[in-house]
Parts: sequence; C-alpha cells; structure tokens
Amino acid sequence: METSFAITGKGYIIVAADTTAARSIVKMKTDEDKIKTLSPHLLMAYSGEPGDTIQFAEYIERNIRLYQIRNNYPLRPPAAASWIRRSLAESLRSRKPYAVNLLLGGYDTTTYTPHLYWVDYLGTMTEVPFGAHGYGSYFALSLLDRYHDPEASLEEGIVTLKRCIDEVAKRLVVTPGKYKVKVVDKDGIREIEL
Amino acid sequence: MSIMEYNGGSVIAMVGKDCVAIASDLRLGNQALGVSSNFQKIFPVTDRIYLGLPGLATDVTTLRELFRYRVNMYTVKEERDIEPETFAHLVSSTLYERRFGPFFIEPVIAGMSKTPAGGLKPFIAATDLIGCLNFAKDFVVAGTASSKLFGVAEGLWEPDLEPEDLFETISQTMLNAVDRDAYSGWGVMVHVITKDKVISRTLKGRMD
Repeated sequence: METSFAITGKGYIIVAADTTAARSIVKMKTDEDKIKTLSPHLLMAYSGEPGDTIQFAEYIERNIRLYQIRNNYPLRPPAAASWIRRSLAESLRSRKPYAVNLLLGGYDTTTYTPHLYWVDYLGTMTEVPFGAHGYGSYFALSLLDRYHDPEASLEEGIVTLKRCIDEVAKRLVVTPGKYKVKVVDKDGIREIEL
Repeated sequence: MSIMEYNGGSVIAMVGKDCVAIASDLRLGNQALGVSSNFQKIFPVTDRIYLGLPGLATDVTTLRELFRYRVNMYTVKEERDIEPETFAHLVSSTLYERRFGPFFIEPVIAGMSKTPAGGLKPFIAATDLIGCLNFAKDFVVAGTASSKLFGVAEGLWEPDLEPEDLFETISQTMLNAVDRDAYSGWGVMVHVITKDKVISRTLKGRMD
C-alpha cells in the first residue's frame, strides 16, 4: 500500500515515499517518483487516488513555478502550504474533489528554519515535527514518537527514517518495497540513496 | 462515523467577575489516530475577542481565514474594532449562508464588550453549525467532549470568579473533561481576557 514519511531535523527535512504504482492487486511500476520539487527549497510528497494525484500535483507545481517567474522569488514554505491547502479545501466542496494527501517539506531561506506540513485531501493542514500518510503511518508515527529528535544531524535522521521503513516492511501485510528519499536544507534539494 | 467527530477537539468559554476565559484542547486526529499535538483551535479576533472553532479541521482553517477577512473589512469600513455582540452575529450569518451545505464547526466566542457607561462587561456566546446563537450567562461548551464539559463545568463553575480563580476553574474543567474523551486532549490552551490584558497559558495534559 502507498506510504510516505517526512521528518524534520536540525536545518533539514527528509521526505520519503514508496515507488510503487499499483492498480488493484497488481504492481504496474516500481520506480514511480511521488515527490515533486515545487521550488528550490520545497518538496511535496503526494499520494491518494491515481489520476487525481498527478493532475493535482502538476497543477500545484506549475502554479508555484508561475509565481516564481512573475515575482522573481518563490513562495516561502508557510505561504505555499497555505495556498495548496486552500486549493484542496475549495476542491473538497466542488463537483469532483481531488482525493490527494500531501506532505510538504520546505526550508525557509529567510528565517533559516525547516518547515513540515501534513495535509490531507479534506484540506486539513498542520505543521508537524514528523508526519506520515497511508497504512505505514500507523507503524511509523508511534515509532517516531519514541525515536524522533528535532536536533538530530542528517546522518541520525536517515537512521531514524530507515527504522521507519524497516518497521513497515516487518509489520505491514503489503510491503511497499522500494522508497525514493529526498532531502531539503539550506543548500537546496537532493535525492539520497538509502 | 460523524463528520463532526472526524478530527476531534473541544472548546469551552466561561464568565468571571470582569473577565472571561476560553480554553481548547490541542489535539488533531484522523478518527482514533493522533496526528498533531499542537493544533490551535482558538484565534484572537480583536484585542478583547477570542474565537474558538472546534469541529472539522479543514473548516477550522477555512473559517479562521474567512473571519479574519470579514473582520478586517469591517474594521476598515467602520474605522473601529468590532464589538463581541456584532461579531457573534457576523459568525451566525456567515454560517447560515451555508444553511444547506454547512461548515462543520460549532464556534465559541468570548470577549469583553463595551457598556453604555464606558466600562467593559464579559460576553460569551456559542452557535451550532448553521449559526443558531446561544448567549449564555455562565459557560458555553462545544466539540467532541461537550457532554463531559457540561458535567464538570456544572460542578465547578460559580459566579463572580476573579481572573486567577477563573483560570483554575476553566483549566480543571477542561483537563478533567478531555481525559474522559478519546478524541480530545493532548494538551490545553487557556486564554483569560480581563479589562486591560489577556493571559494566555498552555497546559500539559495526558498524552494517551
């Protein structure tokens, strides 16, 4: 089943999402990238209804990019998150709402602080020290309650993330398999191999 | 599964002697799964009005933004701050606009309103999700722990409490009520509004 995690640390955010594209009981693809780069310091992991996810993520990606072209500066993470949340909340009361859950991880280059937002398809948004979506969240959140440290270095953060992935692999009936992991910090965004 | 209980959360407001208090829990959940322990449900409207918004979390944020917009427009047009009574009717009519497709929120308003003599008197009110106003003289409750809050508040509240005593009363009411509710808790935020200042405190609660 689809699973995504994100954790904050000292000056960085790690976002991880599984790479399977499944339809019913069949795995159609095992190298799908479900984390979009919205701006030089903003990542968005998306999951939910197939079709809605890509359509919505691309809509957000293009509009965040348009803002940056028009104003020469990208939206800061709190502003971007508010706008994305509003898009989902307005969609919720429309004829065909988007069923997309998000984790938004960004580094604010003006205040030098990392921000992580947990957003669901209803438009519920909250800033969290760590967050997760999908069936994996039931295992990962309680594990992170015990092991998460907001002052941890990147190396320690990656170890904690590995614990999450291992726990889900151990206890969840349908294990997602591979994950894509991206980090955002003061230097921007990069993908890392576990 | 009721939509009003989807995210959980509770708010209470109480009247004291020349002061009012409003308190909420800090939990945000997805049904039984806790997601955040720092989800604010009470927002300042003016220097002496606070608004509590328990209910569906997406509507908490949406309505917070909508009321901020409408109060700002009022302030600019009238060139003065909105009064709590007026604000209560603004809340009511905003919710009734969506009579047949409502916001899933039960607002609680606490503030100090101006008297004709120039003084300030305490004011509390609450509405249901379609804006039916309830002006109470003692206390108002809303949210998933509302039935428990009624019970505890009925036992602890008394008239003319001083700010510090009112703080103790509302804090104990809130803490003990949310401990009996699975969907509320994870910390409490309390605001006591007096004539000249607002005292805001965060309380630690049980994390189970």
